[in-house]
Amino acid sequence: MSYFLARRIAGFVLTLWAVSIVVFAVMNVLPGDPALTILGLDSTDEARAALRERLGLDAPVVQRYLAWVGGALRGDLGQSYSFGVAVSGLIAERLPLTVSLAISGMTLTVCLALVMGLTAAARHGRAGDWAIMLFSQLGIAVPVFWLSMLLVLLFAVKLRWLPPGGFPGWSDPVAAARALVLPTVALALVQSAVLARVTRSAALEVMRLDFVRTARASGFAPGHIMWRHVLPNALVPIVTIVGLQFAGLVTGTIVIENVFYLPGLGRLLFQSIANRDLVTVQALVMLFAAIVVTANFLVDIAYVLIDPRLRAGRA
Amino acid sequence: MFTRFNTGAAALAAVALSGTLAAQTAWAENAVSIGFQQEPTTLDPTSDATAAIDGIVTHNVLESLTTVNEAGEVFPDLAESWTISDDGLTYVFTLRQGVKYHDGTDFDAEDVKFSYDRAMAEDSENPTKDIFKPIAAVEITGPHEITMKLNNKDAFFLFNIARGDASIVAPESVDANKTAPIGTGPYRFDGWTRGDRLTLVKNPDHRDADKVAMDKVTFRFISDPAAASAALLAGELDAFPGFPAPEMLPQFEADPRFVVVVGSTEGEVILAMNNAKPPFDNLQVRRAISHAIDRGAIIDGAMYGRATPIGSFYPPHGPAYVDLTGQYPHDVAKAREMFEAEGVSGSTMTLRVPPFPYAMRSAEIIQAQLAEAGIDAKVENVEWGFWLDEIYKKQNYDMTIIAHTSPNDMRNFARGKSYFYGFEDPEFTALWDSISTEADDAKRTSLLQDGQKYLAENAIHGFLFQLPQLGVYDARLQGYWSSSPVLFEPLSNLSWTQ
Repeated sequence: MSYFLARRIAGFVLTLWAVSIVVFAVMNVLPGDPALTILGLDSTDEARAALRERLGLDAPVVQRYLAWVGGALRGDLGQSYSFGVAVSGLIAERLPLTVSLAISGMTLTVCLALVMGLTAAARHGRAGDWAIMLFSQLGIAVPVFWLSMLLVLLFAVKLRWLPPGGFPGWSDPVAAARALVLPTVALALVQSAVLARVTRSAALEVMRLDFVRTARASGFAPGHIMWRHVLPNALVPIVTIVGLQFAGLVTGTIVIENVFYLPGLGRLLFQSIANRDLVTVQALVMLFAAIVVTANFLVDIAYVLIDPRLRAGRA
Repeated sequence: MFTRFNTGAAALAAVALSGTLAAQTAWAENAVSIGFQQEPTTLDPTSDATAAIDGIVTHNVLESLTTVNEAGEVFPDLAESWTISDDGLTYVFTLRQGVKYHDGTDFDAEDVKFSYDRAMAEDSENPTKDIFKPIAAVEITGPHEITMKLNNKDAFFLFNIARGDASIVAPESVDANKTAPIGTGPYRFDGWTRGDRLTLVKNPDHRDADKVAMDKVTFRFISDPAAASAALLAGELDAFPGFPAPEMLPQFEADPRFVVVVGSTEGEVILAMNNAKPPFDNLQVRRAISHAIDRGAIIDGAMYGRATPIGSFYPPHGPAYVDLTGQYPHDVAKAREMFEAEGVSGSTMTLRVPPFPYAMRSAEIIQAQLAEAGIDAKVENVEWGFWLDEIYKKQNYDMTIIAHTSPNDMRNFARGKSYFYGFEDPEFTALWDSISTEADDAKRTSLLQDGQKYLAENAIHGFLFQLPQLGVYDARLQGYWSSSPVLFEPLSNLSWTQ
């Protein structure tokens, strides 16, 4: 287990290092001058030169890369070019919202997908199965921004049950929760469509096995067999997809945060790329990469917990 | 910032609770919620060109020596009055007395000198440093008197110093202005949740405080047009001055809760041609392109009919406007003939388009119109950073579509070959010099008309339409500008009808 952990941590560090180089290289190759973006079309060459000097944009690429990595290792992510404040502060302001959204979205996704997938598997080939699979086909086909707009038009504009977007801050938990309902539902409906299909296939696979037949023959209730015997044995593919989806969900918040104008990391990334805010983009992409790598890591750990055979194999 | 935000948290939460309730609460409280598509990056208009900074801060939080009204006429602001010497080179400003900054410090001549010296300094990062170029020196000639000496006459001087770039700041608070601006204006900065909203509250100590109706103004930042539309319909917003989607306006026009305002801006939308590069260095080719373009179809298709055509480079609402849209009537046969005569018929030209809806939509229509006249235009949609780098800085393009939104920007044609137009003509440069130094209004108007005629005659670019200012407002709201001659708009005139 400790060997497994050490290898994983080394992989984590190497991945982040590779990402840092790629991000830095890409941001430097991208055309666009932060000074021109900030000061606009009417600015003079002189003013732009002064700004570039203050931002340290004239230094050689390698020197800037080392300075950035050095700062990041000491916990200093630098000053945002366009916002003029510390990047760590910008991220700290917005991280809670994106994380809350990803977690609530994932929780709802898993609940919906398990219920739909197992129900469909139990009614395999019958009307219920067809209905659920049709619904999930729709969910896969529908773009998330379009679904979001439909939800807004119905629940915010027509019925006025929920706000159409924005985030009032955490000081009022009720208002904050209300603001997250529609984005969470929009994220989960689309994601759970994929996961429901995976759950159904995995469950069907297990249901063909002998022990399920034995359980049925022993007279256990169908629901009990499904949740206590089929599901645990079908978990490996489900957990794999959940891990991938969580990574997708974190980056998927970029779209959701723009449609619901939520002040999260996705929107910050979007703004920073447009502003050629090199340091902020670097920090955010690194953070997203870290989240994805961590999610994969947790999935691997989950495999070991789910399947004792894997534990034995690794030792 | 957080503590300040928390004082308003209860009210904000109340506003957020329910759409219907929000509209009523806002009305009762004399508060207004305004939607912006663009969020400011910082809050200091003297160091960043982002238009949203001016839209929020300029003449609301920070003030300048002069200000302008909706028609672009200059009025006193922090300068109570001024005298101009006969040679037009010396301006003596008498400053308002008893003015205080929001942090309680006094405003005086020192602040004016500090602000101007800072903008003019060698390491200045002022986004429009050019407007300070004519100034030779700024001197304090009394505790409430400032004398500015100019190198040359500048007809736009008093207009230019009304801009946010020339805001008066205090040396004590200047560094904090990027995140929490402190000025002398009718509104104080209250709080900013980046990515979501920014609030201003009324400054009760302002000289005109009794005329300011709104106690609180909340700006919400919504970049997606469909989300902006939903927020208005749900009652989350009372106004959206720069509404981004003309195609969504009919639903607001049909709804008695809203008023749709189609005004004008300073933005001339042009099909820019690289005059330094063949075949665009050939006047006949440029004229042929002008004949090939059908402005009516472009405006209908790209702007859903909501824009005014232009035949040269001057806003139709301006006092010196001449209608030159008839100079090159849309005539496909003639354009085709001219392209053939110049030997460019059948050739390929690139049309590199920045990521703005007005530009992308116009590009597709222009591509079809040029195809009819025998030119194969390749449309390349490029990202804004790429546009700035490749087209604006490196002049690596054939044609592009862009709106020039600054006032008095006919000057662009006198910027020489290094400007992305690739155009230079001593005749026009001399004409612009006389325009910018002519103090007599009637004479300047006539010169400006000569300028418009020159640009149309020489078909420097394809002149398309004036960018409209599309606004959606709560029908009960009053006191906003329908057109903007500048990037800022005062909030102090806003009020609810009783």
